[in-house]
Amino acid sequence: MANPLKCDLCDKPATVHLTQIVSNKVHKVDLCEACAQAKGVTDPSGFSLSDLLLKASLNPEVAPGAMRCESCGFTQADFKKHGRFGCPACYDAFKGMLEPMLDGMHKGTKHTGKIPQAALARQTLHERLSKLELDLSDAIKSERYEDAARTRDEISQVKQATHQSPPR
Amino acid sequence: MTIASLIASPSELTDAASNKTAIVLMTRIRLARNLATQPFPGWAKPAQRSRIAEICTAAVAAAAPLKRSLNVAVDQLGELEKQILVERHLISRELSGSKQGSSVIISKDQTVSVMVNEEDHLRIQVLRAGFQLKKTWNVINELDTALEASLDYAFSPTLGYLTACPTNLGTGMRASAMMHLPALVISSQMEKVVRAVNQLGMVVRGLFGEGSDASGSIFQISNQTTLGESEEEILKRLTSVLQSIIEHELNAREKLLEADAGKLFDKIGRAYGIMQNSHLLNSSEAMNLLSLIRLGIDLGVFPDANRSTIDRLFIEAQPGHLQHAQKGEFDPAQRDLLRAAHLRSEFANFVRPDFSLINSNGKN
Repeated sequence: MANPLKCDLCDKPATVHLTQIVSNKVHKVDLCEACAQAKGVTDPSGFSLSDLLLKASLNPEVAPGAMRCESCGFTQADFKKHGRFGCPACYDAFKGMLEPMLDGMHKGTKHTGKIPQAALARQTLHERLSKLELDLSDAIKSERYEDAARTRDEISQVKQATHQSPPR
Repeated sequence: MTIASLIASPSELTDAASNKTAIVLMTRIRLARNLATQPFPGWAKPAQRSRIAEICTAAVAAAAPLKRSLNVAVDQLGELEKQILVERHLISRELSGSKQGSSVIISKDQTVSVMVNEEDHLRIQVLRAGFQLKKTWNVINELDTALEASLDYAFSPTLGYLTACPTNLGTGMRASAMMHLPALVISSQMEKVVRAVNQLGMVVRGLFGEGSDASGSIFQISNQTTLGESEEEILKRLTSVLQSIIEHELNAREKLLEADAGKLFDKIGRAYGIMQNSHLLNSSEAMNLLSLIRLGIDLGVFPDANRSTIDRLFIEAQPGHLQHAQKGEFDPAQRDLLRAAHLRSEFANFVRPDFSLINSNGKN
């Protein structure tokens, strides 16, 4: 072969090629002799295999002009190295790379489970307050004093609601 | 609570064994959670890690099930203490090797533990003896909701709880059962079971998780995927997989008794003899022998009341517990001597096997 496959774990030429069906999805992994041995692929009971296959899907190709997370400075190359993200905002920054990866990794690509109601309610209130405060300063700047008064009342109402919510 | 008094008190695993825990020794659920505005532990700088630990431990220690718990920084723990916590499934190997800023909070009864700054900011875990997925979920769900009232979790409406590794995204939940499957191992059916379980999106691992071996015929079966299904759906699927594994194990036991009872009795009888008389036992051999005795209990060869002794010995035969009991650090060869001595003394007064009591359906 002109361009031999590289091992998914190190960069040596791959000589062991595995295909397995997990949750009705085909997973492929290419390994060199040493990694295959170390990961117990040759072990007949082979129960480490599904962990290995899952990790292999954490190994996306690094595209030229790689993306970077503005929030924490994490790069696509960092992801390739660690298989972990840098911060919650990375999920936005690396959206393009994420979707095909999740498809092979999970049952679906959309969350249908528990929602942190209290934390989200706090966040929504916080966002609403920041927006109202922005509106207020705009209104004052452009001398729309009636709007400003109304916005100010709204802000105090929201703040009051926050304080009335049960103590954590 | 101090680490010394925690180690001195029995863990959930050793105390609650009954015939209800015959095949599923333990149920465990963990949730991965992160703070919205902080970098994940692996990428955070030391000052950020300390800040994260401060925020998280304060919130966790205030939660009801964790009042008067053990709350300790990992770098304050000795190697042996960490090893004991790993052997009791209260912390992960990854946490025990982690840097400054990691800590763990463990409830007094050792059923709830929260790791701070492991792979994620929070790894909340609840464990229960026996097959109790629903009860375990109720406990951990309530604790998680209590924590969320004061912590701003990283959450996306489409991707769910955001975790350092995308493999935990969504529910952030890993539910697992620790199963004792000696008959499937003896009759060489485990490989088939592993493959079938994998196809259903579940994973089989050894006693101590990823990469560990299956000595003692003890396996952990857990969900592989965390996104695209609700917690209840995942638990329902896992429950039905576990139930079918239990059925296969019981069938395999019955077949072993039908096909060649003498061979099976010989294994159990010899295990008993070795326990009473050996002077060198490595941990893997000890686990395999204890597993055979436990199978004997399930079959009625030994009284049911002895199951909790075996479950205690499964843990006491581990290197950390063994060295702690002997108050020192010993190399593996010395440990094999100590382990054999401990098991000899435990089995000196252990009731003799009575093979006439075998219950042929293997279900005891």
